[in-house]
Amino acid sequence: MTKSMTDVICPFCGTLCDDLEISLSDDGKKILDVYNACAIGAEKFLHSQAKDRITRPRLQQADGTWKEISYDEAAEYAAQMLSKAKKPIMYGWSSTNCEAQSVGHEIAEMVGACVDNTAAVCHGTTLIAVQDIGLPSCTLGEIKNRADRVIFWGCNPAHAHPRHMSRYSWVPRGFFTGKGHKSRKLVVVDPRVTDTAKLADIHLQIEQGRDYELLNALRVALNEEWLPDTVAGIPKEKIREVAEVLKSGRFGIIFFGMGVTQTLSKNHNIDEAIALTKHLNEFTKYSIMPMRGHYNVTGSGEVLAWQFGFPYSVDLTRGFARYNPGDTSTIDLLSRGEADAVFVIASDPGAHFPISCVRQISKLPSVCIDPHMTPTAGVCKLHVPVAFVGVETGGNAYRMDNVPIDMRKVVDAPEGMLTDEEFLTKIRDRVKKLKGAA
Amino acid sequence: MSEYIIKNGHVFDPVQGIKGDKSDVAIKDGKIVKDTEVSSKAKVIDAKGKTVMAGAVEVHAHIAGPKVNMGRIYRPEDKLFTYTPKKGNLRMGGGFSIPTTFKTGYEYAKMGYTTCMEAAMPPLFSRHTHEEMRDTPIIDEGAYPVFGNNWFVMEYLKNNEIENTAAYCAWLLRATKGYAIKLVNPGGTEAWGWGLNCLTIHDPVPYFDITPAQIIKGLIDANERLGLPHSIHIHPNSLGTPGNYTITLDTLKLAEGVKAKNKFGREQVMHLTHTQFHSYGGENWGNFESKAKEVMDYVNKNKNITIDTGNVTLDETTTMTADGPFEHHLTELNHLKWANIDVELETGSGLVPYIYSPNISVCAIQWSIGLELALMAKDPMRCFITTDHPNAGPFIRYPRIMKWLMSDKARQDQLKAFKNSDKVIAASTLASLDKEMSLYEIAMMTRAGPAKSLGLSNMYGGLKPGMDADVVVYDLNPDKIGDPEEIEKAFSLASHVFKTGVEVVKNGEVVNNGNKRTLWVNAKVQENAQVMRDINEKFLKYYSVKQANYESLGHHFVPNPYAIEVDAT
Amino acid sequence: MKSVTLNLKQQPDLFLEVECLTPDTFAGKKLAEIEKLPVYQGKEDKTLGEYFSVAGESGATAADTQIVVNGDCSKVKYIGAKMTAGEVIVNSTTDMYTGAWMKGGRIVVNGDVHSFCGLGMEGGEFIIEGNAGNFLGASYRGDWRGMQGGLIRVKGNVGSDIGSFMRGGEMIIGGNADIHIATHAEGGRIVIKGNVNRRIGGQMVKGEVIVFGTVNVMMPGFKYVRDVELNVDGTTAQFNEFIGDLGERHPKRKGETVYGKLFLRK
Repeated sequence: MTKSMTDVICPFCGTLCDDLEISLSDDGKKILDVYNACAIGAEKFLHSQAKDRITRPRLQQADGTWKEISYDEAAEYAAQMLSKAKKPIMYGWSSTNCEAQSVGHEIAEMVGACVDNTAAVCHGTTLIAVQDIGLPSCTLGEIKNRADRVIFWGCNPAHAHPRHMSRYSWVPRGFFTGKGHKSRKLVVVDPRVTDTAKLADIHLQIEQGRDYELLNALRVALNEEWLPDTVAGIPKEKIREVAEVLKSGRFGIIFFGMGVTQTLSKNHNIDEAIALTKHLNEFTKYSIMPMRGHYNVTGSGEVLAWQFGFPYSVDLTRGFARYNPGDTSTIDLLSRGEADAVFVIASDPGAHFPISCVRQISKLPSVCIDPHMTPTAGVCKLHVPVAFVGVETGGNAYRMDNVPIDMRKVVDAPEGMLTDEEFLTKIRDRVKKLKGAA
Repeated sequence: MSEYIIKNGHVFDPVQGIKGDKSDVAIKDGKIVKDTEVSSKAKVIDAKGKTVMAGAVEVHAHIAGPKVNMGRIYRPEDKLFTYTPKKGNLRMGGGFSIPTTFKTGYEYAKMGYTTCMEAAMPPLFSRHTHEEMRDTPIIDEGAYPVFGNNWFVMEYLKNNEIENTAAYCAWLLRATKGYAIKLVNPGGTEAWGWGLNCLTIHDPVPYFDITPAQIIKGLIDANERLGLPHSIHIHPNSLGTPGNYTITLDTLKLAEGVKAKNKFGREQVMHLTHTQFHSYGGENWGNFESKAKEVMDYVNKNKNITIDTGNVTLDETTTMTADGPFEHHLTELNHLKWANIDVELETGSGLVPYIYSPNISVCAIQWSIGLELALMAKDPMRCFITTDHPNAGPFIRYPRIMKWLMSDKARQDQLKAFKNSDKVIAASTLASLDKEMSLYEIAMMTRAGPAKSLGLSNMYGGLKPGMDADVVVYDLNPDKIGDPEEIEKAFSLASHVFKTGVEVVKNGEVVNNGNKRTLWVNAKVQENAQVMRDINEKFLKYYSVKQANYESLGHHFVPNPYAIEVDAT
Repeated sequence: MKSVTLNLKQQPDLFLEVECLTPDTFAGKKLAEIEKLPVYQGKEDKTLGEYFSVAGESGATAADTQIVVNGDCSKVKYIGAKMTAGEVIVNSTTDMYTGAWMKGGRIVVNGDVHSFCGLGMEGGEFIIEGNAGNFLGASYRGDWRGMQGGLIRVKGNVGSDIGSFMRGGEMIIGGNADIHIATHAEGGRIVIKGNVNRRIGGQMVKGEVIVFGTVNVMMPGFKYVRDVELNVDGTTAQFNEFIGDLGERHPKRKGETVYGKLFLRK
């Protein structure tokens, strides 16, 4: 007879599903199977059970080999590095809990670091747009209960957020949407025929890189003004037809992803999409929501905001907080040679940053805290493996709609391994001592 | 714990009826004690020629939670050039209208505020609200969950099921670790789910077949059935609209004949918040005028009501409210950036930056109305100073409001300085009110009054032995107030602030991160199988989270709780 | 006008922040005091004198003070930021925030400037002899008040996002511009003598953009209305006049709707 745990939260994507069931071995020490999760989420739990897991911190030697050290030695190394640097970067935070982020921010404040999360390469541009024009939004349950117009713009939830459409946005039957997906019109805007686009009532196969123009044209159509014959490869008649479809809904939602946040014009695409949403509220009810990636990138933005006032790319070097992506953002700091030490936690810039930045990391004193051996860990001087958050420790996380959900611990971490929060606390206490001595 | 004795100050304590007499205040083990009960080791604070009051109690401010943080996220320009660098063991802080959590705690403490209530907590976001409160140092805090657009409440009250409503309220207060029953634009925010609104208390809520009046009346009854420490706390329909004072009066009349039932010494059954925004005459912004007198005449006559003012401070600020449709209306007026957060089954909220410019008549008249309300209040124990922070202005302006209330000259100077001075003066009675409030009245409006209204008069708001040692010394000699600016200066930076017996502010500087507690109400009701089944069903069918993942548990969200027990079985 | 000359004597390892480098701060100070003014390299507190040799004499007021900066300042931020009067002449390329939040006076950069220069400018004159980066004369993040007054003149090319949220003042670009010109503008005037990539006047409410060269892609929200002859910066020419952004809200003045205007040389 195996044990099982219900209502488990999935620490993979911003959908933050909280209905997983996990079957455990009789002694409660091993995860046997994961139910309700998507393939990626299930793998996240099962992967933690790998036998070849790295369980102790390791320093990279001159010849590229790794030397195992204790957590205390690793904390000393990190504390020294951060304290000595003139302008250290503390990057990542998106795949750990808010408690660890909080301890990290205390360290950053003491050592005068630039704190940044993975929004820098993802929805940071969305945040810039939100700062310019606002964000009419709602929780995912509102969409489930009310939405009769669902637009996916530059995103492909069928692959990137596999349970999004079934749990919240397209399939579910809610209070005012008793017929499920039959109560909704699905519009997908994407240059490719994605698996999401295949489900759409209307697929606007837009010319690549013309999102800003098409969004603008939809607003011109709402104002019933003159339009050129085609915009972004879409004939004006089709644009006016889609504008009518959007307007005729009772409650609409626009979801968008990296197809618009990281292509030409970046924040301006989102700015115009938000302007369209606001514009539609003159006729009916509309909301807009970014499809956030990492399961707690949203939480990192929230904690940074209440503690320092800005959601990412926060520069604390001079004892107060400054924010200006382009100046205080990690990629710019690295590519311009503005930083002299790099501390990475709960993310993998080695796999996602431009190669020039990864090279820069490899040249600088650097620490990587991650349960896995990642491309980032590979270029850093010190790799500190930690427990899996959401599997081996709980803590708070924020879903893509900013709803906080308290994650659950399912099994113990391997003997002697620390959590992010525990390891960061060691560094914090060490930095305090170093500062006191100085 | 340390002992202190604050000697020879002019003490203002409405709880004991002390009106500026020279007296000593002794502190031991976090409580006020008789001055004979401290040892000779007690540290002496010389308060000669200074004003001594209890720690002030904030009854309504938006300082923690999702919409406050949305404000921080979307207004980097609110932080520009406002940052104070990190000092010693204190955390860095910045922001003007939406300060960071650390700055919030420090700024309140510097003004002598030791207890604050977050005015609107969306239940689904209670963990977020608590995480922010945990990171707000020094001040004791509680949060009011919003109930006025809640699907359970509307479905029960449609059939006038008061007992079920009360049982649900008790469950939600416990699940969210909330403090009181808050209503914001009852019914109107649910209507906003469809882009609509409820503009009067008789406009039906779409689909739910209930009126705001029924929701308000039902929640008053449920609140009194439970006997909660605070009454219902209401932001009525039609906030910020010319001519809305009639809706305000209609709302107040719903409390007529209801008597408070509780063991906390609370006498009111309805708290009307940011009354300034609800005391407007005229038909449009062109002939907009004050109806403060009409509203205050009613409030003065009806002792089962308390209010707070919502004073406009003439600053650039950030408006934020669970009144979603109002914020949409506002962005259509000023075209500044609009954020909206609708919350499934429960509530909504919106934000828009706003500039209360002294050059705009409407803003200047709003400023007049807020002051009129306070000056017209016959019983300062029932009328409290707020700015509905940050809606009418940031809370750091309280000392300036005190100056305006205490000095006719300061008011007249400001009235004359307005660009359209004549028009502004004609639109309210403020210019003719020469009343100057006393420090004793200020102590009633900021200490004893709000503490009593919150049902916390045994702990806060006074200096009677046995009460919490929240004590403030201001460098203001009540016998020698010359320039009104002295009032603002003294109340901005207290000489000493003690929070539960710990010295947290010295000479206007924060010196200690304090011993912050989170206040919440644990109301026990008889087991109610019907309500538990309904909760279970709503989570299965309509919420986007599981019921098992809904509750704010103590371990890391409320690390230092102070639960107020209510037995309503 | 009295003049202080700074010569960069040591390159910073990282980048240097010099908010003190304005006539307002220098005015009325002796050279020894100027040398002690704070500059920052990351979290290190340094003094101006550690990086620059200081000579000459400052005036009694900002208006009476000129600062000449020599040496490679391509890693120096905040030169002339927030200045209200006087003159700053930099014989070098400069980094970010040069002339940001400037209220008056004059800055001449005999080189290129990086991004965020002239941010939120309210007045004065800012001359750039080389090229400028992104966000020239734009608003700070989140602010709806971009450039509000004054003149920015760039001899060379500019990057993207110039004049975002512009509300007043004038910007004259001698060369080409990339994407996003006058986005969200509610006033002011931008002249571009060269070519523009695309996205001119997106979400524009009011204001003027004049382009002498070509535009790769027009915004759909701009509609041709007529031909006009204009004299722009000393050149008289024929232009096609467009109004927009027609997707955006527009205020009414005396019963007439006010639009953003775009002039393209015929």
